[in-house]
Amino acid sequence: MRSKITWGIIHIFLILFGFIWIYPFIWMISSSLKTNASFLTSGINPIPETLNWENYTRAWDVANFSGYFLNSVVITLGTVTIVVLLSCLTGYALGRVDFPGRKTMIVIIGALMFIPTGYTIIPLYELMKFLGLSNTLFGVVLAESSGAHVLFILLFAAFFSRVPKEIEEAAAIDGSGFLKTFFKIILPSAKPVIATAVIMQFIWTWSSFLIPLVLTLNNPDLRTLAVGMLSFVGKYQTDWTGMAAGASISLLPVILIFIVMQRYFIEGISGSVK
Amino acid sequence: MNKIAKQTISKHTKKRYIWAYLFILPQVIVFLGLSLYPIIMSYVYSFYDWSGIGPLTDFIGFDNYKNVFTEEKFWNAFKNTFIYTSGFTTISVSVALILALILNSPNLKGRTIYRTIYFLPVVTTTAIVGIIMKNIFGNQGLINQVLVMVGVIDQAIPWLVNPFTAMIVLIIVGSWKEIGIIMIYWLTGLQMIPKELYEAAKIDGAGHWQTLRYITLPMLAPVGATILLLTTVSSMRVFDLVKTLTNGGPFFSTETLELYIYRFAFASEGPSQVGYASTVGVILGMTVFIISLLLGWVVMKVNRHKNKNGLKVEVEK
Repeated sequence: MRSKITWGIIHIFLILFGFIWIYPFIWMISSSLKTNASFLTSGINPIPETLNWENYTRAWDVANFSGYFLNSVVITLGTVTIVVLLSCLTGYALGRVDFPGRKTMIVIIGALMFIPTGYTIIPLYELMKFLGLSNTLFGVVLAESSGAHVLFILLFAAFFSRVPKEIEEAAAIDGSGFLKTFFKIILPSAKPVIATAVIMQFIWTWSSFLIPLVLTLNNPDLRTLAVGMLSFVGKYQTDWTGMAAGASISLLPVILIFIVMQRYFIEGISGSVK
Repeated sequence: MNKIAKQTISKHTKKRYIWAYLFILPQVIVFLGLSLYPIIMSYVYSFYDWSGIGPLTDFIGFDNYKNVFTEEKFWNAFKNTFIYTSGFTTISVSVALILALILNSPNLKGRTIYRTIYFLPVVTTTAIVGIIMKNIFGNQGLINQVLVMVGVIDQAIPWLVNPFTAMIVLIIVGSWKEIGIIMIYWLTGLQMIPKELYEAAKIDGAGHWQTLRYITLPMLAPVGATILLLTTVSSMRVFDLVKTLTNGGPFFSTETLELYIYRFAFASEGPSQVGYASTVGVILGMTVFIISLLLGWVVMKVNRHKNKNGLKVEVEK
């Protein structure tokens, strides 16, 4: 009996606290559906009188969130493809082939996590200028793909090292070469790890701020959602509901993807502590 | 016959080695070009007087470093970074531990739903969250409306106008945003504790609090030390949230080092001082490095301590 009451109290606490926890997002969505006038007069009542979609069309067309959205999508997809492909290939070589220099390589990868770095965004910006990519989306994608991707490489290497040897040997007897075995047999079996890497990198790149901010300083057309949002609130300081609509456009895709794919994301994070 | 077989094997292995090198090559190129080169240049720039335009010609040795240490605003940013990091680490690590301890109990129904809810802020874009929170903590914002309505305060509190409350808001919002991920770290640590220990404690008649005090918390210590290292190091480079929520204001009272660097590199009123900004970047990098070495040493100590105790238990058996 006593434990039932204790559990009840814990549930009430978790629900109440959880409601407050995500209220900023509820507030964001409800504000995005109000008119600016009713936003100011309705107080804390979260339910809009009528569903007002006009904020979304204003943000999308007038404030150019359509362009920001497209840029975010292109940059995120490009970066995810590059990063996952690179770390998958490296992980396979490290986890599966005992080539000379493998151990040294693993030590170096471990040490990379501890290099003290200065303010690397300036040289990265200069590098893109030098390559003639400073005003292109591809330049942003390249900059976003930088890094050693240590976590993903280790995740892939650990997975591939557990694949039974017989699978590769059977494929070799059938006359399948290294590349063919990798792409036709090994890679499809790595779907769960690929999903983890894809969703983690997706969320990181979608949320990235400093790199697109700096690389698009002179080119507003290349702004991503996060950067565009900052310039929006600088320009239309009193358009609260337009701000809420823009924020919803930026956050809802990533929230929805997380809710659907959260298993992979959380597994990846627990993997990083171990 | 045997000889031929050996030869084909070695030929086969050699081919595998070549493929392995080819597989690693793209990542190595990307790392050398897009990571290592910028890291090296971030040091090189710090020895030049350079506005970011034109060639690097004005080598000035350690002059930038000398200038940094006499700048009042640098020390202000240095102090703010430490205030933020201490506040953030204390709040987020402890609240995340409490949540993890509650959500780890197998008898709790709806654990996944709760985990999703508390994790949600982690996946959202920090820069966007900063802008939303700027509104929520505004003078006519949601927080003030609620507090006035409930009767806690008579007049709106100017959260982001007052230097003291602005820093508190920054710390609270920053913690709220990251607690979910730290909670997952703790949960992972909790799941690594062997179940037998709890069973043994139950047989010995240990209560909830005793189990927590003598088994769970000591067993969590190594993971806890790692978590402390991760959160401290990452929060010292806080930028997105400060830029969008307070932009360092009011009167530089929340300006952290990353924001200070950004201001000199890209947002100064006069010509940019990229060389000087790079110098502060190097100093920040070194500070983070030294702190992670110190905390890394703590992690090792805690682990060794735990292993020793583990041995003792086995010997006693």
